[in-house]
Amino acid sequence: MESILKGRQNQVLTKGTDSHELSCDKSSLAGSVSQRACVFCGSRVVLYPIADALHLVHGPIGCAAYTWDIRGALSSGPQIHRLSFSTDIKEQQVVFGGEKTLKKALLELISAYNPKAAFVYSTCIVDLIGDDVESVCKDVTNISGVEVITVQAPGFAGTKKDGYKVACDSLMKLVGSKGTNETIPNSINIIGDFNLAGELYLLRDYYEKMGIHIMATITGDGRVDDIRQSHKAALNIVQCSGSMSNLAMQMEEKYQIPNMRVSYFGIEDMSDALYSVARFFDSKEMMDKAIELVGSEVRDLLPKLEFYKKALAGKKAAIYVGGAFKAISLIKALRMIGVKTVVVGSQTGNKEDYLTMKNLSDEGTILVDDTNPLELTQLVKKTNTDILIGGVKERPIAYKLGLGFCDHNHERKLALAGYKGMLNFAKEIYATAMSPVFQFTKNK
Amino acid sequence: MLLRHTTKDIKERKSLTINPAKTCQPVGAMYAALGIHGCLPHSHGSQGCCSYHRSALTRHYKEPIMAATSSFTEGSSVFGGQSNLIQAIDNIFTIYEPEVIAVHSTCLSETIGDDLTQIVEKARDGGKIPEGKHVIFCNTPSYIGSHVTGYSNMVSGMVKLLSKSTGVTNDKINLISGWVEPSDMREVKRMANLMGANFTLFPDTSDVVDAPQTGSYEMYPKGGTTIPDLIASGDNKATLAFGKWATEDAAIKLENKCKVPFEATELPIGVRATDRFIMELSKLAEVGIPEAITAERGRLVDMITDMQQYLHGKRVALFGDPDQLIPLVEFLLDMNMKPVYIVSGTPGKKMHKRLEELLLPTVPEAKFQNGKGADMYLLHQWIKNEGVDLLIGNSYGKYIARDENIPFLRMGFPILDRVGHSYFPTLGYMGGLRILEKILDLIMDKQDLESSEPEFELVM
Repeated sequence: MESILKGRQNQVLTKGTDSHELSCDKSSLAGSVSQRACVFCGSRVVLYPIADALHLVHGPIGCAAYTWDIRGALSSGPQIHRLSFSTDIKEQQVVFGGEKTLKKALLELISAYNPKAAFVYSTCIVDLIGDDVESVCKDVTNISGVEVITVQAPGFAGTKKDGYKVACDSLMKLVGSKGTNETIPNSINIIGDFNLAGELYLLRDYYEKMGIHIMATITGDGRVDDIRQSHKAALNIVQCSGSMSNLAMQMEEKYQIPNMRVSYFGIEDMSDALYSVARFFDSKEMMDKAIELVGSEVRDLLPKLEFYKKALAGKKAAIYVGGAFKAISLIKALRMIGVKTVVVGSQTGNKEDYLTMKNLSDEGTILVDDTNPLELTQLVKKTNTDILIGGVKERPIAYKLGLGFCDHNHERKLALAGYKGMLNFAKEIYATAMSPVFQFTKNK
Repeated sequence: MLLRHTTKDIKERKSLTINPAKTCQPVGAMYAALGIHGCLPHSHGSQGCCSYHRSALTRHYKEPIMAATSSFTEGSSVFGGQSNLIQAIDNIFTIYEPEVIAVHSTCLSETIGDDLTQIVEKARDGGKIPEGKHVIFCNTPSYIGSHVTGYSNMVSGMVKLLSKSTGVTNDKINLISGWVEPSDMREVKRMANLMGANFTLFPDTSDVVDAPQTGSYEMYPKGGTTIPDLIASGDNKATLAFGKWATEDAAIKLENKCKVPFEATELPIGVRATDRFIMELSKLAEVGIPEAITAERGRLVDMITDMQQYLHGKRVALFGDPDQLIPLVEFLLDMNMKPVYIVSGTPGKKMHKRLEELLLPTVPEAKFQNGKGADMYLLHQWIKNEGVDLLIGNSYGKYIARDENIPFLRMGFPILDRVGHSYFPTLGYMGGLRILEKILDLIMDKQDLESSEPEFELVM
């Protein structure tokens, strides 16, 4: 069995051996068992954590059913986002159009749930049958007084990454729609954290300890009114560059809000994030507080990590995640606990990301874009990997191979961001790498 | 209260589904296809569909679920997906080397009018399907029916494209399995073997989606009905299709195509449905019913008898698929329980009729609805108006169970938050014992937890 699909040779490279540039931003080959999803999926994951908005999926039932509360994006207040609303369109609408159905559904839902805003996701088929979703949304906005925003997300119109862009466009319709244009001093928006396992609560706490005012969290624990006023922030902090840097760019263009890319995974990146924000505001007081915070957290954390570092020394990990920025942080975080990254890849990384990854990696590390299970299996075998870090579809493959596994995607059950998250991460990697269950199957 | 918005006041909703009790066709087709040995399911549509179905099945089975996709682009949705599918077939046979590719369509490819028959023919003419390998397919437009329809369509696809009649009849019967767990398929095989029946079971996902941990990853686990067995199904002397919604269409097609007579029964859940299944199996396979099977039945009836005081009059709400719900309702009635609310997102008048037959005589107050408007929001509203003692359905029932403090038995698809369904059957008399044990555990745990100190009992 050929391990790399014909036409994919340029999407895999070994540092120190291969001279070609890693090819990325390509659509998956037809017939590949790709781990990627579609435009709708991308837009849905980004917008769904806005907890006081209504999320109505306009299409056949599947698109709503498969995205029903499957990601642990926590809300500290409203929970409307965890319900599943669908126009559940049938043959009749496919033939005669679904606009009437959509309008009725929206009006019924708005009167029942009284949301702060509504998002309507337009799926593959809605695009094909030519429903004018935009005008229905406008119409309902006028009737109900609740802003209804179209999310143009036909699945076929690109990859999940294109869906992120669609979500950002939809968010821009909210941004700036409330309050004056006056900038609030020392204020930020936290962009690109989805509050998985409550991670945002940690981050919010760090920033607030530094005396920073948080205007909006987009979209983790998100609220419509906060997003409306988010244009008043002095700075946008963007995590998970893959999904939401576009929003920051649009906000910079329209409202002149500068932005900063950060990562919250691992001690180094987390601390960098806090220091950079303090530096941006050019405040000695803020910097002092940051230094104090980082110092106290790190003093507390480092001795605790020592145990894991010793225990895990020499272990090898493979990383295959959605966003490249996360992969980069993971290489560093793993290094901190003595684990070497031997394979690293993402579904949506771009050229620049892969260059950073390559520079950061050890000689011999294999870089891969948009891989598939068969290829991934061969790569982890070839490199004698001990632990795989990935998402829902990778977990059972790792286990079948007798590898440890850590979900660094939306099925994480413990916060992995921040200092507390670093300790959780070390614990999780340790627990899985050392699990006695693998004694029954180790096949090396 | 996650579902705090659910109101008691029930209004007719014309064009809106809230918290669906169903999903779309393709995932059913994908699951059925996994029941063929060496099969790679293929989703002819956008990448997202395939990814969602694989994730849904992966979460339900905690197993790697493989499937390929045509990866539709803007271009394919304008010019048609023919070149994508032909390229996909070529790539799949070259790289993943399955015995068979099972293609299902999606709402997208259906609406643009891709003709799977013609595309697969073209792939064959172009030499893209290697000698001895197969491509089967079925149409699964997401806007018609439900996941159950998709399963049914793929099973019919197996018959349509593989079953052949040579004119010589085998002394063997076909068992066509409805949408049940691998544990259930294993249980049906155990019962049939115990009876000495000579049979082919299809589809058969046991040893595919419940593969053992060995330290190596097999893209095609050892289970699944083999292609020669599927082809030979046209020569078998009879067919017993269990789970009518998911299998009757395939049984009819097999009769029309290869003159194999059939009987279709409900899923063997509970005493009476299993009785009927065993009787039919005995008749069609021309085998007796051994003492061992009778004893299993006896043990089930014995446990119901022993524990009847805890079951009597308990009000039950159920949601899920018709094939499971109908015999389950019958089973609950036989245990002197009261199935009062039943919803299924799967449309079809037959379900209503059958439930009426079952419920009118003893539980005339029962409410049931399937198809349009039959979602979990409605079920919750009914429960809010008058409560129940037990809720049965897939994992999405947990919100209602938590808000209303109702013991909750997980049965159906998907189960995302518990394990065991892959390994312990709910079909047959043994499966009945498991259902009963679970129901009793739930009811009695609640009683233990909520009884006052003086009323807290050791012996129950």
